[in-house]
Amino acid sequence: MRPDELLRPRPEGLYCPPGDFFIDPVRPVARALVTHGHSDHARAGHGAVLATAHTLAIMALRHGPDFCASRQAARFGESIDLGGVRVTFHPAGHVLGSAQIAVERNGLRIVASGDYKCRPDPTAEAFAPVACDVFITEATFGLPVFRHPDPAAEIGALIRSAEEFPDRTHLVGVYALGKAQRVARLLRDNGWNRPVHIHGALKEICSYYQASGIDLGDLRPATIEGGGRGDFAGAIVLGPPSSFASPWVRRFADPLIAFASGWMQIRARMRQRGVELPLVISDHCDWDELTRTLRDTGASQIWVTHGREEAVVRWCELNGISARPLHLVGYEDEAE
Amino acid sequence: MRAFAHLLERLVLTPSRTRKIELMVHYFRAVPDPDRGLGLAALTGDLDLVAVKPALIRQLVAEVTDAELFGLSYDYVGDLAETVALIWPAPGGSDAPLRLSQVVAALDGASRSEAPAVLRRLLDGLGPSQRFAALKLATGGLRVGVSARLARQALADFGGVEVNAVEEVWHAQASPYASLFAWLEGRGDKPVSRVAAPFRPVMLAHPLDERDRAAIGPRDYLAEWKWDGIRVQAVAEGGARRLYSRSGEDITAAWPDLIAAMEFEGAIDGELLVRRAAHGGDAGTFADLQQRLNRKSVSTRLQQQFPAFVRAYDLLVDDGEDVRALALTSRRERLALLVGRLDPLRFDLSPLVPFADAGELERLRRSPPHPVIEGLMLKRRDAPYLPGRPKGPWFKWKKDPHVVDAVLMYAQRGHGKRSSYYSDYTFGVWHEGELVPVGKAYFGFTDEELRALDRFVREHTTDRFGPVRAVRAEPGFGLVLEVAFEGLNRSGRHRSGIAMRFPRIARIRWDKPPAEADRLATLEALLPGSPGAPTP
Ligand SMILES: [Zn+2]
Ligand SMILES: [Zn+2]
Repeated sequence: MRPDELLRPRPEGLYCPPGDFFIDPVRPVARALVTHGHSDHARAGHGAVLATAHTLAIMALRHGPDFCASRQAARFGESIDLGGVRVTFHPAGHVLGSAQIAVERNGLRIVASGDYKCRPDPTAEAFAPVACDVFITEATFGLPVFRHPDPAAEIGALIRSAEEFPDRTHLVGVYALGKAQRVARLLRDNGWNRPVHIHGALKEICSYYQASGIDLGDLRPATIEGGGRGDFAGAIVLGPPSSFASPWVRRFADPLIAFASGWMQIRARMRQRGVELPLVISDHCDWDELTRTLRDTGASQIWVTHGREEAVVRWCELNGISARPLHLVGYEDEAE
Repeated sequence: MRAFAHLLERLVLTPSRTRKIELMVHYFRAVPDPDRGLGLAALTGDLDLVAVKPALIRQLVAEVTDAELFGLSYDYVGDLAETVALIWPAPGGSDAPLRLSQVVAALDGASRSEAPAVLRRLLDGLGPSQRFAALKLATGGLRVGVSARLARQALADFGGVEVNAVEEVWHAQASPYASLFAWLEGRGDKPVSRVAAPFRPVMLAHPLDERDRAAIGPRDYLAEWKWDGIRVQAVAEGGARRLYSRSGEDITAAWPDLIAAMEFEGAIDGELLVRRAAHGGDAGTFADLQQRLNRKSVSTRLQQQFPAFVRAYDLLVDDGEDVRALALTSRRERLALLVGRLDPLRFDLSPLVPFADAGELERLRRSPPHPVIEGLMLKRRDAPYLPGRPKGPWFKWKKDPHVVDAVLMYAQRGHGKRSSYYSDYTFGVWHEGELVPVGKAYFGFTDEELRALDRFVREHTTDRFGPVRAVRAEPGFGLVLEVAFEGLNRSGRHRSGIAMRFPRIARIRWDKPPAEADRLATLEALLPGSPGAPTP
């Protein structure tokens, strides 16, 4: 069986003809397998959805309980038969519940990575490479300039800045699913024992993480209770980046804008965002981790999607691995 | 090197001047000598290293990366030093972190043939953001928006002294400024200036308030015109000749014509102006002067077209004698004698303006006899020359600014704590039935007014371009702003053909319909040289 008989790109997303399902489709389809809860991967309106229990719960939080007609929870490591195709979910380490999906038939195994991260992170199930014939990798940070520093050091810089400027509110831009919880947890693990304040848009998913047994410490709403601006002097406040351009930020004392993202390695991006304190903290693997993973899977073929395909294909060429870009449509430059 | 790299990054990203100063103060506290002094010199552009050419950096990186991967990366990042800092394969900076002084010593000591090996070793030994800083040092491309003045303010704050005190000793100091830091930390004496022809901190004036007017009379005060040039200190001592800006920047190199005429021994305080050779040598406007500003060197043609001269108004040193403690009247007597011996085309005396009372001054101020006058200076006869801005001895009383009613056209979000407000406004006046933009000004209101303006912008946005919003502006609907400004210049960069000097929003005219805002013709009449301009 040729690999593209098992999985092939279609306008709706990655399609498996023998199993008649899509992986992370960008348009409504009859049967969807979803790697994780980020909105460009997990859309509403499908017929049946197969995903991990966490991903299903997160989709219900974001899209409402009726986000699909029927759903099935996949457990990590357990195989499910779909029309003669063996499907297995493996942890991707990206956000809570995120999965790589292995698809097998007639001895051919293809793994679709979804988004993945190799570093230890107590807020997501640990990534492990899955041996396969074809590995479909994301390439969000697929350029050799992306080499993420130790997140503990980045969080250390935030804590030091909060101590250096106790009269200012440190506003940290974080996306609601994954980054917010990771930053809160990193703050805890690196000695920030005071409350962490959060914008209302982050509340639901943070509560979900905490209910799932992930300790994020004392999270409080970033609202003023009878006091003034001074309430938040010296505080660390997490909020979605979009909120920083809204009147919401006016309640804070001389806010210092930070942003936690893998993009913060690039100065033009820092300036574009008007960030005073860039924090290079990413949900994705960096270049070194990505290329190591390509080797670790033992795959003889790499398909590249979701980012800077060209450079990853070039690396494969230099390392004697056959590779091609998939050109899937509908995935944005990861807002992370 | 870690602290320096971190400081660089924070300074570039921090818009607020006060916060920049704080960052530098913290750096001076946290970092030992000589690293902090070298860091200071690097920020102010006083660290003279032999520049490494970008070609060498490209060659080094080509040895360790694939050309195609490097090309893709460079395209994405857009800056050579940054791309190399990030892509360099060694992890770097782990076990024995390099100090800034070690990096500077390595770069400084390297001969042309050693340079590649030295640079390679540095790149191997440093982490990514430190590599970036080292490459910027090596290529001389460190641009962080820190002026020497800002750095001196940070030093003053660090030592808890007045900025004047730092300015006074600054010129005797050289990188890495060990004795300067020792003094500021109370571990050593104030350094003495050993530079020939040093700068002395200048005396500044307060604006004249309504309340102060009663005290002004010819018995206690001298009046002179306030010339619209730049304040300079011309110092000729012991064979050295230097020209300083009012903050102590050495600007000697840009004014060779003037320097050649400094045939005296002393330190003169005065206004630097240019003459318009084409107009019989009359004093040129600020726009003429601008032709010669911000240049490192100056062409012979410009020197002939706009010869420089100083209109002198004070004397700090007279033939080796420090006369700052003398009364103004005595200093002016000595100044008159000294200037009388100089080339009158290069140095003249700022004339006194006789007056009977404050009422007469008021009339004079409103209609000065020359377009290059921007008001009056009032100085106490008995006052010594005091550095800084002491209250009382010197006042400035400017002409009223010009005012127009303009219509708000575009608004842009501000910086820092104003980043959520539309606080930066472009406004226009009517011309042939359309609005043409004539200027841009920042917020100058109360918080309440700012909120109201911000609300108006958000509710009446017609279009968006990135951070800028276009606002509804029609004859029957829109917002009129009363804009005050100091003067107008012709400008090819604006569609209206004019550029405002120091515009600010004086009032919001919620009451005024846009159709009644001013016309471009009104502004054109104020341009220098036009029939409606204030006449000499
Ligand atoms: Zn994702
Ligand atoms: Zn994604």
